[in-house]
Parts: sequence; structure tokens; C-alpha cells
Amino acid sequence: MKKAAKLAALLALLAVVLYPLLWMLATSFKPDNEIVGSVSLWPKEPTGKHYPEGWSAMDVSFSTFFRNSAVIAGITVVANCLSCLLAAYAFARLRFRGRGVFFAAMIGTLLLPGHVLIVPHYILFNFFGWIDTTLPLIVPKMLATEAFFVFLMVQFMRGIPRELDDAARIDGAGPYQLFWRIILPLSRPALVTSAIFSFIWTWNDFFTQLIYLNDLKNITVPVALRNFLDSTGQTSLGPMFAMSVLSLLPVFAFFVAFQRMLVQGINTTGLKG
Amino acid sequence: VVKPSAAGPPAAHTKPVKKRREGIAGYVFLTPWMLGLLGITAVPMLGSLVLSFTNYDLLSPFSEVEWVGPKNYVRLLSDPHYGHAVRVTLVFALVAVPLKLSAALGVAVLLNRERRFTGWFRGLFYLPSLLGGSVALALVWRAMWSRDGAFNSLFGLDGPNWINEPDYALGTLVVLAVWQFGAPMVIFLAGLKQIPTELYEAASVDGANKWRSFWHITLPGLSPVIFFNLVLETIHGFQGFTSAYVISGGTGGPVDSTLMYTLYLYKTGWSEYQMGYASAMAWVFLVAIAIITAVLFSTGKFWVHYGDNT
Repeated sequence: MKKAAKLAALLALLAVVLYPLLWMLATSFKPDNEIVGSVSLWPKEPTGKHYPEGWSAMDVSFSTFFRNSAVIAGITVVANCLSCLLAAYAFARLRFRGRGVFFAAMIGTLLLPGHVLIVPHYILFNFFGWIDTTLPLIVPKMLATEAFFVFLMVQFMRGIPRELDDAARIDGAGPYQLFWRIILPLSRPALVTSAIFSFIWTWNDFFTQLIYLNDLKNITVPVALRNFLDSTGQTSLGPMFAMSVLSLLPVFAFFVAFQRMLVQGINTTGLKG
Repeated sequence: VVKPSAAGPPAAHTKPVKKRREGIAGYVFLTPWMLGLLGITAVPMLGSLVLSFTNYDLLSPFSEVEWVGPKNYVRLLSDPHYGHAVRVTLVFALVAVPLKLSAALGVAVLLNRERRFTGWFRGLFYLPSLLGGSVALALVWRAMWSRDGAFNSLFGLDGPNWINEPDYALGTLVVLAVWQFGAPMVIFLAGLKQIPTELYEAASVDGANKWRSFWHITLPGLSPVIFFNLVLETIHGFQGFTSAYVISGGTGGPVDSTLMYTLYLYKTGWSEYQMGYASAMAWVFLVAIAIITAVLFSTGKFWVHYGDNT
């Protein structure tokens, strides 16, 4: 009996938690006159018209915004994973002078709020003439500036048995072969986790994309969605909901496909720290 | 007698060479990170410190930039918007973080003993943490809490447009933050699994009730994880931008009631182009976060147990 009460409580909570998401989905299919004041999770007269409406609600269509977002997220994932993997290997496996100091610096940047650097970054990239290009969003990722991922990979690599290194060393492998033959293949789970988080965070990122991208042709999905704030009137609500749903689909797809890895990823970084 | 002499000389020879090779490799692998540390972190940080003592406005050339001394910092003290931003951010963090962590802990405890559908519950509770930081969800929130939005309709309220009410607008942001309790919950769940069940069994043999076991076993055993979540969520809470920006339409209104620190920094830098002043704000922010983190760590000594007994 008590167990049933617990399950009921969890289910009730789940309903509350999922309501906003389901309501958003349902509202995107409701005709205009049904949207206002509607709480139902099922449109009475479902219509798909908000999707094409929203897709071309601005002078540039959402295909451009989605392409821009995908390009930035795609390059970020690769650049981030690669640069952080290299740094993590050095921290986790190689002995060299100053490693301790560098590692402490890396941990220090882990807690550094990104907003502190946004002003000098903007001035620097403005000086380079990079405003309204993807470079300010991508170049920092090529330089392993996301300490979170370095840390995650270091933690993972420390779990790879040292005996494998020793065995390879006896076979005459140097630090580069060791990386290529042992660490890289065995780090795949950490790489996948990093790739997923990196993708989701970049896809959802708003602040930096808002600052660096101006021209309608160059903006990403979140910045485009922001433009719905300027359009007033109830008729813009439907398209806004429709595009919001579409903008979340890639993240949702990643969630469905990699749910277990995401949960494990939080745990490895969260608990061994 | 023969073996050591045969193995001796080459080993003595190759070891330093190998060590040096490894040392060089270390720097090779670390090159991108070092460039980043230097070019993307250290130099810009120093640059922003210098800027904070100037009147740089982004539009005029560098040659016209003037050194103004601590003027920007003094100005913070008398800027009413800045005062609001500090208050809003503190209130947000002080209310949202404890609520979020309590929700996370409560659900984790409920879920920990639940054997059926655990994976489903965990995943679905976690979903808002992935989606909640997006512009899309903030737009949905804006619509939900409007005058004829779902919240008023759901409870049959003749309520106001909550996001236009100075007393309630920040509350809607808090609810949005608490709604994303899934990420700390997942960490709590993993922490709960580390607490040996024998402790609970021993406690119940000794006649402890559920509440006492929670108080004397669960909380101390979980304290490192609570601490980790507290530090992470506090730092995260102070940096909230997207939801405040979207819900207030980029203004931080009504009457500065959702003017989160980073939103004011953004407005100062990118609407008014006062980059020097914004840099001063950024540096105060950095120091404040460092102090708060240090305070959290120093209090941690008193309530975080890294015991061998758990």
C-alpha cells in the first residue's frame, strides 16, 4: 500500500514536470482561436499550419537558422572533443615539468564564470574583424577552453589500467603511439559523453550567439526564436510554439538516443571530483 | 652477475631519453590548451582588468581611450540599476538554489527505493534540465504565465500577467529554475547508491525510524554530493541570463525585477557600449563568485563528511 502511494506521488510529480513540455507541443498544433487560455494537452481541431508559417515568419527562413546552428554545433563538437582529449592525455598520463601547476590552472578555470571574459573577448574578436562570423564561437573550442571536458576526460583516463601502457611501452611504443593505440580507442565512452554534452550546450547556447551574430543570414535558431519577442499579437503565438518545438527536437533526439550515457556522464564528473 | 651488467648501461642510457621524450610530448599535447589558457583566458582577463579603469566605449578608436582610475568601481556604488541587479541575483540564487536542491534530494530519495520504472522516472525528470536553459522553453514560460496563459487558466485564477508584475516576475524565473531539478537529482541518486544498506539495517535494528535514518545516515553520507551540487548550482544560479532575458524581453523589467547581474552587464556593454563600466562589473562579479565559493568551501569543513564509515 505504501509502495503504491509512493508510485502515485512520483507519477503526479512527473505529470507536473512534463506538463509544460506537452502543453508546448499541443499548443503548436492548436488553431489560433484555441491557443488563448487553453490548458488542454490535446488540440480540438489539430492543425499543422503553424509549422510552415513559423518556418518562413522572418525574411530569412528557418532552414538558414537551422543550418547555421548545425554548422556551429558540429564544428564545436569536433574541435572541443579533439583539443580537450589532447590536453587530458597530457594531464592524465605524461610526466613533464610544470604539470601540477598547469593542472591547478585548469581546475581554476573550471569554476571561472564565462561572463567575466565576455567583454574582453568581444573587444578582441572585434579587433580581429570576426564579428558576425562563426570564428568567435569556434576558435576558443579548438583551444580546449572548456575545462569541464578536460576534467571529464582526465577522470576517465585515470581509470584506464596503467598495465596497458606498460605493455605497449615494452613493445617500444612512445607517448604518441601510446595515445594513438591505447588511450584514444579506450577513451571512446568519454568522447561520446563529451560530444553529446558539447552538442546540447552549443545548440542551446544563447548569450554568445546573441552577441557575436547580427545579420539575419548568420544567426542561429535560439537568436532567431528571440525575434518572436518583437512580434506582438496572438497570431504569432502558434508559429512561435511550432518553431520552439522544432528547435528542441535535436536535443530531444540526443536525449532519447543517449539517455544512459548522459546520466553516467554527470555521475563520473560529479562524484569523483 | 652477468645479467645486471648486460642490462645496466642501456637502461641507464635510455631512461633519461625516454623521460625527455615524454616531457616534450607533454608540451606537444598541451599546446592547444596552453594557447587557450593564454589567449582566451589569461590575457583577456588582464585586459578586462585594465579596461575596467578606462572609459572604453567600443565605438571610438583605442587612441581616445582615457584612463579614469577607479571611477567605474565608484559608480557601481551609486548606480541604482546595479543595486537592483545585485539584489535580484542574490534573491534568485538564495531562493532558487535551495528549492531546486531540496526538490532534487526529495525526488532522489523517493526514487532510490523505487524498483519499478526507475530508469524511466530518472530520465523523464532529467529531461527539463536539458531543455530548460533554451530560448524555446523561456518563450513557452512567458506564454504560460501571461494573463490568459495556462497557469491562470489551469487554476481558474483571474490572475495577472505574472511576468509583468514586479513582485512576481522573478518568481516565474525561480519556478523555471526549480523545474530543472533533474540534473542534481541524478547526482543525488548516484550518491545514495554509495551509502551501504547495512547502515540502514543496523539503524532499524536499533529502533531508528525513517526520519532518524534520513537525518543521521542519508544526510551525512550524502553531504559530499550535496556540497558538490550546492557549489555547482550556486555558481550556475548567479550566471542566469537566457531565461531572464527572454521573459523580460531583454529589459530586465518590470522595474528591474528580473535584472539578473549578467543581463545588466549585457545591457551595459551591448546596448550602451560602456565596455569599461561593464568590465568593472565583470571583475566585481568574478571576485564575488570567488568569495562565495571560498565561503562555501570553508563552511564545508563543518558539515561535509568524507568519512570512511559511509
